[in-house]
Amino acid sequence: MSNELESGLVNQVEPFLRSDRMPHIWCPGCGIGTTVNCFARALIESKIDLESLALVSGIGCTGRVAGYVKLDSFHTTHGRAIPFATGLKLANPKLNVVVYSGDGDLSAIGGNHLIHAARRNIDLKVICVNNLIYAMTGGQTAPTTPDQAITSTNPYGVFEPSFNLPHLVEAAGAVYVARWTTFHVRQLARSISEAFQKKGFSFIEVISPCPTLYQRRNKLGDGLDTMKYYKEKSKVRPGAPTNEVGLSMTGEIVVGKFVDRDRPDYQSMMRAQFVETLGERYVEAEEAICS
Amino acid sequence: MAKGRVSIAVERCKACGFCVEFCPTKVLALSSAFNSKGYHPPHVVHPEKCSGCDLCGMYCPDFAIYGSRVREATAGDK
Amino acid sequence: MKADPQGLLTGVHFMDGDHACCEGALAAGARFAAGYPITPSTEIVERFAARVPTVGGCFIQMEDELAASIALQGAVWGGAKAFTVTSGPGFSLMMEHIGYAAMTETPCVFVDVQRGGPSTGLPTLPAQADMMQARWGSHGDYEIIALCPNSPQECFDLTIKAFNLSEEFRVPVMFMMDEVVGHMTEKVVIPPPDQIEIVPRKRTHKAADEYLPFATNADLVPEMAHAGEGYNFHVTGLTHDERGYPNMTPATQNKLVRRLQNKIRDAAGRIAMFEEEQLDDAEIAIISYGITSRVAQRAIELARKRGLRAGKLRLITAWPFPEKKVRELAGRVKAFVVPELNLGQMVREVERAAGTRARTYAVPHAGGGVHNPEDILKAIVEASE
Repeated sequence: MSNELESGLVNQVEPFLRSDRMPHIWCPGCGIGTTVNCFARALIESKIDLESLALVSGIGCTGRVAGYVKLDSFHTTHGRAIPFATGLKLANPKLNVVVYSGDGDLSAIGGNHLIHAARRNIDLKVICVNNLIYAMTGGQTAPTTPDQAITSTNPYGVFEPSFNLPHLVEAAGAVYVARWTTFHVRQLARSISEAFQKKGFSFIEVISPCPTLYQRRNKLGDGLDTMKYYKEKSKVRPGAPTNEVGLSMTGEIVVGKFVDRDRPDYQSMMRAQFVETLGERYVEAEEAICS
Repeated sequence: MAKGRVSIAVERCKACGFCVEFCPTKVLALSSAFNSKGYHPPHVVHPEKCSGCDLCGMYCPDFAIYGSRVREATAGDK
Repeated sequence: MKADPQGLLTGVHFMDGDHACCEGALAAGARFAAGYPITPSTEIVERFAARVPTVGGCFIQMEDELAASIALQGAVWGGAKAFTVTSGPGFSLMMEHIGYAAMTETPCVFVDVQRGGPSTGLPTLPAQADMMQARWGSHGDYEIIALCPNSPQECFDLTIKAFNLSEEFRVPVMFMMDEVVGHMTEKVVIPPPDQIEIVPRKRTHKAADEYLPFATNADLVPEMAHAGEGYNFHVTGLTHDERGYPNMTPATQNKLVRRLQNKIRDAAGRIAMFEEEQLDDAEIAIISYGITSRVAQRAIELARKRGLRAGKLRLITAWPFPEKKVRELAGRVKAFVVPELNLGQMVREVERAAGTRARTYAVPHAGGGVHNPEDILKAIVEASE
C-alpha cells in the first residue's frame, strides 16, 4: 500500500492525514473524504501556516474529520464546535480556526451557536458538510432533510419544511456564504481558500452523499449516482439571492458563492470599543495565554 | 508519452467509482481483482491518456488514488 | 510561581463573595471567562467584564450556558486559564461539558453560587442542594474536586486554590458557593503578589514527535500542549488512547477511566482541606460547609455552654469527600450532626464513612434561608443523649 511514486512523490492530501488511522470509517461513496481533499488543497493553495491552524468539529460523521487530520484538532460535543472554537480564537487570536462539522450538528443542536457566531461575526471558517440527514446515528431526520424524504424517524416521509442554510447564516450576519457539492471539487477548494483570506464568519456548505442512509432509503442510488445527480442538476449561480437556494429531494441544486461582504469581525469591534472608551487604560493582551 | 501517472493505494479503496467516472480522459476502470476487504479497486486501462491532472485524487473520498505529472526526461538525466 | 501583579488589587477591601471570587480568579491568572447571566452568580462575571479590559484578557457573554461551559474550554486549549459562573439551572445545563472537561483533562473552574431548587426554585435565596450534582451530575465515571467557601475572604482565597488544583490535576473544579456567601459583604484582604502561590499549567517540553498528549506518568496527570505550538495533537471526548486517538474498546476504556479516577482518588489525602476545632475532646462532631458552617459555629458555642462536648469539622473540600478523616473521627466521637441547606446530601457521605462506628444525625433544610442555630443545637442535644 504505497502512497509514493518511485520518485518519492506523495498524494497531496497525505501530509495532512493521520496516516496511521487509515482507512477511515466513512462508507463507500460518502463524500466527506472528498471534502477533506478540497480542504487540503485549499491549505496548500493559501499557504496557511499549519502550526497556527486549529480544527474543531462536533459529533457525527463529519465530526470525525478532526480525528483524521494531522493538525491541532478538537472533537468536541454535539452542536458545540462553534462555541469551543470561539473560546479558542479569543484566547489566541493568532490561530486560524476552522469548524468542520455536519448539518445536524451545526444547524439543529448547534443552531443557536451558529446564528450567534454569525451575528457577532466571529472570525471562524465553518465548513458544513450537508448530507441532509443524521448519518452517524442511523439516518434520522435533520433540519435539512428535504420534504417527503424517508428517514428512520419519519418513516412515512418528512412533512416539515427544511432549513435553507445559506439563507439562515446570511440573515444571521455571515460575511462569506458559499455552497458547493462534492462534485465541485475545484470550486470548493477555491471557496475554502477565499474564506481563509476573509476575516469574519465564513460558512461553506457542501452537499454530500450519504449513500448508506439518505440515498438508500430514498432509492436515490449510490454515491456515484448522487455525484452524477449533482453534476447534472447543479446550477452555478454566483451571487444568487439566498432565499432562492432552498433544496428538494431531486430538484435543482443552486451552488456558488452567494455572499461576500465586509464588516468588522468580533475582535476588531471589541478592540475598537475598548480603545474608544478606555483609551490608555485598555490593556490589550495579544493572547490570554497563561504561563 | 503520458504526461501523468496514477498511483493507487489498493487497500484503502472502497470502489465508489468516483475516479473512474470523473477522470477526464477515461484512464481508469474498476478491476476484477479484489482488495482484502472485498472491494474492486480501479486500475489503469489507458496509461497513455493520463495528464496527471489529479482530479482522481481530488475526488477520492478514501485517499486511495492520486495522479501526478511526470517530469519530462531530458538529456543528461540518469 | 507567584501571582501576576497585573490582575491583583492588593489591599484591604469591603466586598461581597461574588466580587471576591472574581478577584480571586484574576489573582489566580484567569484571563478568560465565558458566562451567561443567572442569579445569584452574575455579579462575578459582571465584575470580570469590567476588570479584564484593564488587566488583559477577554470576557464574552455567550448565548447560553451550553456555549459558555465549552467556550471556556476552547480558551483553555488556546492557552488561557478560564472559568464560568452559574447557579442551579445553568449548572444543570453545563453538565455535559463538565464531563467533557473531565474526559479531556481540561483544567478549568466552574463556579456554582447555589440557590433554591429544583428547577427555577428560589433565584435570590440560598441553598446547598447541588452538592451531589457537583459530584455526579454528568454521565459516566469521572472525578471532580469541589470547594466550599464560607466567607468573602474564602471566596477570594479558595478561588485561587480552585485554579491551582485544576492545573495540578488537569480536572474541572467545582467552586460551590451559596447565595448568602455570594451576597454577604465582609472584609477581604488581598495580599501582594509575592504572597500568592500560583500553580502553573503542566506544559510539555517534549519534541512534537515524542509527545503523547494523554500519556500516563507517575502522577497520572499528562503533560499539556496548547493549540498553535506545532504538536498537532488530537483531543476527543471519545474514549481514547495515549495518542488521543479514539479507541473504543473495553481495554482502553478500563485503562483511561481508571486513570482519570485514580488521578484524584490517589491524591485525595493531599487534596482534602477541612477546618477542625474542639474535636480533641468532642463527643459530637458537627460536620458542615459553606454558610451553614457559620450558623453551626453558633450552635457549637451554645452546646459547649450547656456542657455538651461538641466539636467542628468544616469541609472546605467537599469532593473528594474526606472519608479518611471522617472514618477516623467516627472511631472517637459518639455521633455526627450534619446540618445542610438541603434535604440530605453530604450527610450520606458522612454516614457512609462513619459506618456503624458512630451515629449520624441530619439537620436538613429545604433552602431559602439559613438554619436557626437552635435547630442545630437541638440535634446536638439529641445526639448526645
